[in-house]
Amino acid sequence: MNKFIFGIAILMLTGCTEQALKNQNSHGLIYCAEANPVSFNPQITTLGSTIDLTSNQLYNRLISIDANTGEFLPELAKSWEISKDRKKITFDLREDVQFHQTDYFTPTRNFNADDVVFTFSRLFDAYNPYHFVGGGQYPYFQSIGLDQLIKSIIKESDYRVSFELFDAQSSFLSNIATDFAIILSAEYAKNLEISETLENLDNYPVGTGPYKFKDYKRDILIRYYKHEQYWKHPVELEQLVYDITPNSTTRIAKMLTHECDVTPHPNSSQLSILASRTDITVQKETNLNIGFWAFNTQKAPFDDSRVRRALAHAIDIEKIMHAVYLDNGKRLESILPNTSWAYQAQVNMPNYNPELARRLLQQAGLIEGFKMDLWAMPVARIYNPNARKMAELIQSDLKKIGITVNIVEYEWNTFIKKLEEHAHDTVLLGWSADTPDPDNFFSPLLSCAAALNGKNAANWCDPEFDLLLSKALDTIEIEQRKEFYFQAQQMVIQELPLLPIAQGMRFQASSTNVENIEIKSFGGVSLAKARKR
Amino acid sequence: MALEYIFRRIILLCFMLLLLSIFTFSLSFLFPGDPLNNLSGVQNISFHESDALSEKYKLGHSILTQYFSFIERISHGDWGISFASQEPIFDHIVALFPATLELALYALLASIIFGIPAGITSAAYYKKWPDKIINTLTLLGYSTPVFWLALLMIMFFCLQLGLLPMSGRVSLLYEIPDVTGFILIDILLSDVSYKFNAFIDAIKHLLLPTIVLSTYPTMVLIRFTRDSMLEVLEKNYIKTARAKGLSRSQLIFRHALRNALLPVIKQIGLQFSTLITLAMITEVIFSWPGIGRWLIDSIYQRDFPAIQGGLLAVSTFIILATVTADLMHSLFDPISRNQTHGKI
Repeated sequence: MNKFIFGIAILMLTGCTEQALKNQNSHGLIYCAEANPVSFNPQITTLGSTIDLTSNQLYNRLISIDANTGEFLPELAKSWEISKDRKKITFDLREDVQFHQTDYFTPTRNFNADDVVFTFSRLFDAYNPYHFVGGGQYPYFQSIGLDQLIKSIIKESDYRVSFELFDAQSSFLSNIATDFAIILSAEYAKNLEISETLENLDNYPVGTGPYKFKDYKRDILIRYYKHEQYWKHPVELEQLVYDITPNSTTRIAKMLTHECDVTPHPNSSQLSILASRTDITVQKETNLNIGFWAFNTQKAPFDDSRVRRALAHAIDIEKIMHAVYLDNGKRLESILPNTSWAYQAQVNMPNYNPELARRLLQQAGLIEGFKMDLWAMPVARIYNPNARKMAELIQSDLKKIGITVNIVEYEWNTFIKKLEEHAHDTVLLGWSADTPDPDNFFSPLLSCAAALNGKNAANWCDPEFDLLLSKALDTIEIEQRKEFYFQAQQMVIQELPLLPIAQGMRFQASSTNVENIEIKSFGGVSLAKARKR
Repeated sequence: MALEYIFRRIILLCFMLLLLSIFTFSLSFLFPGDPLNNLSGVQNISFHESDALSEKYKLGHSILTQYFSFIERISHGDWGISFASQEPIFDHIVALFPATLELALYALLASIIFGIPAGITSAAYYKKWPDKIINTLTLLGYSTPVFWLALLMIMFFCLQLGLLPMSGRVSLLYEIPDVTGFILIDILLSDVSYKFNAFIDAIKHLLLPTIVLSTYPTMVLIRFTRDSMLEVLEKNYIKTARAKGLSRSQLIFRHALRNALLPVIKQIGLQFSTLITLAMITEVIFSWPGIGRWLIDSIYQRDFPAIQGGLLAVSTFIILATVTADLMHSLFDPISRNQTHGKI
């Protein structure tokens, strides 16, 4: 009887609300996000899941990179000039840019040079009151050594600002164009100083981007409203809501019931379900990324390169390509994806050879085998759509050479936090590029600076390698840079602090009535122009 | 007499709460890691913070002092901060608990509305076809695991038919300010143009979780009502009434019902603990933002202060609910007050 009554109730309800919901729907977009943001300030994280939610939606940068041509494009800076010795870069700023007006802040002036000076001095100047707020860690900038590079930032006039560098570094502009180098409001920061709530700068964001912050409920949602005075173009959506849904199956189910309009990173195995629907489109984009298996090189037995090589020889990557990437990925032949201009296929790349693996283990005195932890990411990323499955495959491969693998999983943000403390033995992780510059695959991942701030999952620090990287950055001669990066690639594959596995494709599913979502081959997603038909 | 009974119950309640608090307190030492981290929720304790925190949590003192300071903090609402969010746990609980309570209350209401009449019908038509049908359905409902039922419902109503949403309390595009934490009341209190639509939408969101969650208690209530009704119908005074020539409806509604419902009322109170347990599973499956989902997420994230706080809140609530139900029952049924020993 109760089923019957409920049945009738359902029929009645669906009849009268369809239209009403549609009206509300056309003004807002729901994006199913994979994880809580760790912060609303992209300066203090390198997590792709957080960047996707914040960077392009709330903020702007001085310049950006054209995804197709690789050229720099003006954003908040109208134009820029580089001095002859390339140690001074001067930006001319736009004058018509307004910051968000929110419940907690009302701007009294437009964007100007003070904001640029404040934003960057927070990163590099220990005397800036905000420098140590939120831990004082700026992982991206520290791992590429930008804090050692910038000598001073000078306000030339209200709309002109120049950066003086210690060295001429060829990747400086592309680093200024990454999703991390967003511009904060100096006026807002001053206000917070007065009310002594400095940490709100990162939790209640104010930027110049297309959307402004309204509300955040952990594990539930983030709500943005449109920024009425956005300088670049009118924003079509009234509301942008992120539905925080860590489980990828649930995300797909929500796509099917239209509770989500957009979801990033559907699993390869779910693509066929999505493809069979006429109301859902799947975007596919090649992406500059690498999925890898990193060994904690400070921990025995992984401090022995023979052991690392043995592990690399013991796993069957072909099987992984098939089962995890469902043949939607490219097997890596180096630490760089082959679309990078500095790419060189490595002859030394370990192939599947359990016999050799056993021999290497014998040389290392570990023929008895050992136990190890393998950390698998709990979320799907472009570079690794299903780390759990990959971990299981590796587990069964390693069992054949006598190594017992214990798979470890944590919630994503906890996972990253523990990883930064180098609590792991080995980890399945990856990296999506933020700029097309090849340095982006080396410095943030394997430099000593990155080992110090925890972003170097291999915990590997080799001064010789660091020297190679800085040499490559000291010149703008492409041929010379290539030469250095070839050497760096050889070194990585020789030492194997991490084993590059595959390059994944970026997928994004959206309802067919949603348009203009930009996904690029590097960096985060942009919903600035998104609209609903 | 009644006062003495109530007094006994309250003593029992205090004893239960004492045991619970001791258990919760000891958790911070039983969990892996440093008790100071587990108690405070601060993860990377710097050197100078360490002393201040140790003093606050009386870690240098005897275990008894530590326990009393724990009780003092708990009663002041200082439950430590969560590892995962670095926000006070008490705030999380206050924000999330109403959602669970709301779901559980609606489910309980649904099971009373459907369970009791069904039970009475079943007893009235003992061993006839309505009884057989209800019995079969009850058996079916009893033996269906709640997570499986939930998934089936989602498969059918959400994914196949596309009639109902499968997650959350209301479409996220409706912005409803939190006042009471009960979504339906909040919508009615809110000052938005889409009030009516939001209300309907919230009902649609409620429907499946409520059905799923109410299944088990409904079945329990049907069986209980039926059994107790049958028992009462066997009593001599009923037989007498029947011999006097009363009709079946007179018999049931005038004479049998009141007596038959007494044990059922007690059962309703006892169902609350089962309900909260089942609500956790339901919340996870329907992404219902309640305390159960939060607790399970916390377990997954090894968020020890949160697990501790969540357990304390949920258990305290269940103990209170059970004792209240028991007291209510004794109000209706004077005989039960004569028990010499308290029990829960």
